[in-house]
Amino acid sequence: MRSATPTIGLSAWLALPMAVFTLAFLLLPIARLVAASGETEAGWGLYLDVLSNRRYLQALLDTVLVSLAVSLAALAVATTAALYLQPRRFYGRSALIGCLTFPLAFPGVVIGFLIILIGGRQGLANSIGRELLGTRIVFAYSMVGLFLGYLYFSIPRVLLTVMAAAEKLDPALTEAARSLGASPFAVLRDVTLPGLAPALAASGAIAFATAMGAFGTAFTLATDIDVLPMVIYTEFTLSANIATACALSVVLGAVTWVLLLIARRFSGGAVAAAG
Amino acid sequence: MRRALGIAQLAVTLLAAAFLLVPALMSIGAGLTVNYFRGLSSGLTTKWLFEVWALYADSIWLSLLIALACLLCTLIIGVPAAYVLAKNPGRLSRAIEEVVSLPLAIPGLALALALLQLYGTFQGFRLSWTFILAGHVLYTLPFMIRSVLAVFTVIDLRTLEEGAASLGATPWQRFTQIAVPNAMPGILAGALTVVTLSIGEFNLTWMLHTPFLKTLPVGLADSYASMRLEIASAYTLVFFVMILPLLVALQLAAARAQRIGETGA
Repeated sequence: MRSATPTIGLSAWLALPMAVFTLAFLLLPIARLVAASGETEAGWGLYLDVLSNRRYLQALLDTVLVSLAVSLAALAVATTAALYLQPRRFYGRSALIGCLTFPLAFPGVVIGFLIILIGGRQGLANSIGRELLGTRIVFAYSMVGLFLGYLYFSIPRVLLTVMAAAEKLDPALTEAARSLGASPFAVLRDVTLPGLAPALAASGAIAFATAMGAFGTAFTLATDIDVLPMVIYTEFTLSANIATACALSVVLGAVTWVLLLIARRFSGGAVAAAG
Repeated sequence: MRRALGIAQLAVTLLAAAFLLVPALMSIGAGLTVNYFRGLSSGLTTKWLFEVWALYADSIWLSLLIALACLLCTLIIGVPAAYVLAKNPGRLSRAIEEVVSLPLAIPGLALALALLQLYGTFQGFRLSWTFILAGHVLYTLPFMIRSVLAVFTVIDLRTLEEGAASLGATPWQRFTQIAVPNAMPGILAGALTVVTLSIGEFNLTWMLHTPFLKTLPVGLADSYASMRLEIASAYTLVFFVMILPLLVALQLAAARAQRIGETGA
């Protein structure tokens, strides 16, 4: 029993760096951010102004829509690939998995640049289009480019989660369904996908949250489409609308955080955004 | 029918792999060709790489410095924190974990604005590299804590510690000589994640950097905006060379930590 009190003492000491850091660099700054958003003449009414401003609302809507589209597309592609790769063993399988996961930690700026290489003015698609079809194919600087950029960094993350989940699925279940005469689609619909549901919810939510907050890709593509992070950036740096930028950040942060909370309720696992 | 389905799946898989791989290869090619617009026929060269080094060596060193300092900070803050959270499971610990993990949910841009609002007027701090470091630690700390915590929750920490305590080990000895060595796979996976993320971090850094303190990704954004395509590509190649070995090591370390979780040893 000698150690009972000292353990509590040690725990307090060991947790101290985390407590100090979190207070100084997370909680106080967020409190300051929220306070700064209420410091104009409009006060907290600023949030009403922001949420009734057509441009900001449109940006919020566009951000949500492109993030949603990206999550669904990434889920579809990654699940298809994961279900193909997981049960099969063939020559080059690990190389193929490597090709699908290497951009895992690429920053958004790099991905923006890669999208310009495919779909920019001097990009691959444009030179193919010019040679073969005689038309101009430039999509990097539009919503399509942004969508492809977000898809680029979502596929590896979603794929890794779905493959890990597919590995844990009991192959006897699909075998049984098949031997009972279920068609491949029925097996997919009634056995495989329900088994993967928590992983799909978790990784879909990660993809969504990451796309909501993504800034580097839009920044590199220098698109004229307004996604919320770009709007916040322009308000802050170019227009010096600091309170508005803070209010929009609070809205963006809150929306993303709440969404992840909901996703975690569904999936029961750890859900995090990154990038 | 099943065969057709398999072929369709393979086609989607290969298309996705090509979508990810082709632009990366194009970028590598562009960084090594004399003139991208005349193609490979203009010849291969390493001159762009040397130009990148001349232009951006400072940002590369700064990124390495910040990544290592960030690793040190997350180790000092995160490993003891994960230990305390693992030893005191309960509502409070979960709430603390939730708060510390907020930077995973809140976009980097919003976090950077928050840091700027609070510390922007402290010029000495605002203008030094430690300001960027604070942002990186904020963003990577949850990954370290979670990675270490994941190992602590699957190894039988209580039994190990009771054994050590019965042999007369003090709480501090139990932490340093029992808990930390047993958590090594989680610490390693966490450390690789932290370094990888710190080297590539842009969203926070872009807001926190000053004209005299540019990290690698900030330099990349700069080169994309203002340099010729070959230099931008060569710089991207330098980034690939730095980040890909880390990613491979990370996958191996994560797989190892996971195996320990499954066997419970």
